[in-house]
Amino acid sequence: MAKNIKDRSIDPASQEMLAVAAKAGLETAWDRFDKQQPQCGFGELGLCCRNCNMGPCRIDPFGEAATKGVCGATADIIVARNLLRAIAAGASAHSDHARDVAHTFKLMSEGKAPSYQVKDQAKLARLMKEYGVSTQVDLADAVLAEFGKQEGPIQFISRAPAKRQEIWKNLGIEPRGIDREIVECMHKTTMGVDNDHVNLLLQGLRASLADGWGGSMIATELQDIMFGTPTPVRAMANLGVLEADKVNIIVHGHEPLLSEMIVSAASDPELVDLAKKQGAKGINVAGMCCTGNEILVRHGIPIAGNFLQQELAVATGAVDAMVVDVQCVMPALGALAGCFHTKFISTSPKAKFPGATHMELKEESAYETAKQIVRVAVVNYGLRDPTKVHIPNIKSEAIVGFSVEAIVGALGGTLKPLLDTIASGAVRGVAAVVGCNNPKVKQDYGHVNLVKELIRNNVLVVTTGCNAQACAKAGLLLPEAADLAGDGLKAVCKALGVPPVLHMGSCVDISRIMVACAAIADALGCDISDLPAAAAAPEWMSEKAVAIGAYVVGSGVYTILGTIPPILGSQGVTELLTEGIKGVTGGAFAVEPDPNKAAKLMIDHIEAQRKKLGL
Amino acid sequence: MKEIFVRPERCMGCRSCEIACAVEHSGSKTLFGALTDKPEPRKRLYVETIGSQRMPLLCHHCDEAPCVAVCRTGATSKDEVTGIVTKDHDKCVGCWVCATICTYGVVGREKEERIALKCDRCKDMEIPACVKACPTGTLIFLEERQLADIGSRDASMKTAEIQRSRSTPEIQS
Ligand code: SF4
Ligand code: SF4
Ligand code: SF4
Repeated sequence: MAKNIKDRSIDPASQEMLAVAAKAGLETAWDRFDKQQPQCGFGELGLCCRNCNMGPCRIDPFGEAATKGVCGATADIIVARNLLRAIAAGASAHSDHARDVAHTFKLMSEGKAPSYQVKDQAKLARLMKEYGVSTQVDLADAVLAEFGKQEGPIQFISRAPAKRQEIWKNLGIEPRGIDREIVECMHKTTMGVDNDHVNLLLQGLRASLADGWGGSMIATELQDIMFGTPTPVRAMANLGVLEADKVNIIVHGHEPLLSEMIVSAASDPELVDLAKKQGAKGINVAGMCCTGNEILVRHGIPIAGNFLQQELAVATGAVDAMVVDVQCVMPALGALAGCFHTKFISTSPKAKFPGATHMELKEESAYETAKQIVRVAVVNYGLRDPTKVHIPNIKSEAIVGFSVEAIVGALGGTLKPLLDTIASGAVRGVAAVVGCNNPKVKQDYGHVNLVKELIRNNVLVVTTGCNAQACAKAGLLLPEAADLAGDGLKAVCKALGVPPVLHMGSCVDISRIMVACAAIADALGCDISDLPAAAAAPEWMSEKAVAIGAYVVGSGVYTILGTIPPILGSQGVTELLTEGIKGVTGGAFAVEPDPNKAAKLMIDHIEAQRKKLGL
Repeated sequence: MKEIFVRPERCMGCRSCEIACAVEHSGSKTLFGALTDKPEPRKRLYVETIGSQRMPLLCHHCDEAPCVAVCRTGATSKDEVTGIVTKDHDKCVGCWVCATICTYGVVGREKEERIALKCDRCKDMEIPACVKACPTGTLIFLEERQLADIGSRDASMKTAEIQRSRSTPEIQS
């Protein structure tokens, strides 16, 4: 039976749309989640292996039946191999995204992708200097070479503090090349290769570092060059950003290569005219998930919601086109869009969906394709059935766009004022709260409560991804939210006119957080693992989050997971990731579904770190 | 009186029922909590393969239960009202006669003690843990008379399926 709507989400717009969907008999992820109950215990514990066809094998967690797979693999081996594969998948998602951006950057630099231009010359110059190249095309080649590098190390590793680089070198986990580390994960986990859980997990760290300090960082940097480095901008968030009398286009997925083009095309006078001819007041583009974050932090384009709201957006009946590229796009959207006039448009050759119209975006002609897509949406507006339209009148304002450059700018050109407030104790430390939604957690409950508890205890929060969107919807990204903060943080926010929670961008932009950590550590002359800092992913679900968690811990940060990772079936792996690793990378994982208890763990860690630093 | 029935043709052999059974008979009654239980919690039903058929074997709480008849200490008994056959841990001497006599082989033993162990049909639960956990409906918990309904519903669904496959032309890809 359907659960109470209030048990599914704390977001009033989601609750309203869940009621609408239930009444209309529309199925959502929450319904499908209920139908999946009970979920398989072997899977939850990470104890099933399908890596060869002697299997599938599963290990009895209580030691009664099989304790080994056909090949002899134990719980430790199977869990570690499964985890490594998840890291490889997550790292490949971020890195393949980066590859597309780098490829487009190269075509642009050669004059073959006229839809794209350099928007941040200063960053381009900085990056060319970092790579020691003198032309834009050489930079493109150098960046693309990171993927196929064999002996490494990849360039951005040198952005980490010297002590951190030393730790990686001594552990033998300096990433050699982005693709190489991912391929090695797959090789090591195939039947009969690496069967030492410690050695497997070390490769996991290595591949994840190739993501955090490789793929993700490349994506962030090149996107900044091509679309501009974010600076603080005001914007609106939640389903209420959809407009009844305008053509509504949602861009959903991850790569700004698409969403940027749609945003430009939507203000093309020809298409705006066409929209008016259709009787619409204009064209409204809204974002969803991380591609939404990309255009949100760069242009203040409204955000319709986070991961679990993708279906609810379609259920408003007011979406004329749902345009997607890659990652976090539910295949359920096709059937759902079919219940409305909504056109579901896929654009990436890598990602096709049942029920979608495919309009492939090619680098060489991106703007033209974007115009065609917008035109389809505009024409489709005429088919909208007003009796099916229900847009919740709920949206919140937010200030977003705190890139590292913007934060340093807001501080007057140096990190010193921030360090001073940390030294004085007004701000106790910094917490990065990131990650997805997951129907295992009441939507946004984990995100919002954890962040509120942290700022109440004078911990400055930096955020990306679906957490950032949850915070935007909850009004936490406004300077006024400083009133919810402890006295120390409140005073700092009021003095600087900034929110207590800083939206730094999309999930690949967690690389910005890594850069910020490195800069702070360098300024203090210490390692990242010495900082009064902690991280959390309260509602994570994606394999990408596994890769992120691994590189954040691998970079020395204590990290809390709000949903239970499928590793508990192995004592060896669990012990290593929550305890043993402390002495190795200086970071560690903890699992804590209760946001208030998670906040306490993070604050305790931050206080212990302060003590060690003599603060 | 409801009973657990088995529809073996649906069994995937996933062993979810076994895990759920062990968890239900653990201290914390949660999967993650049960992992650290000492002694490890034990299951009371067994997924086996019989030829090419996978099938959960579990206690049928027989009317004239042989295990009760042979138990000389009175450790095994049948509740007159609920019909459930249970084991009294304190009275069991571990002679295994019940285990030998049970045609289904569903009397097991405690891990660390010489004590017989069997299904108690999850007395505290409205629906037994194994039935709740089964993702395919192999295990069902019903009154005997309801079984006939299920049987006819299955049959009608199968007929409908055959009808459908006849009326839609097959598309080969
Ligand atoms: S690799 Fe080993 S554990 Fe995995 S399916 Fe094959 S035999 Fe089973
Ligand atoms: S243990 Fe075996 S003999 Fe005893 S009641 Fe159950 S099925 Fe019948
Ligand atoms: S849970 Fe159901 S399908 Fe799985 S092994 Fe048990 S009876 Fe078979």
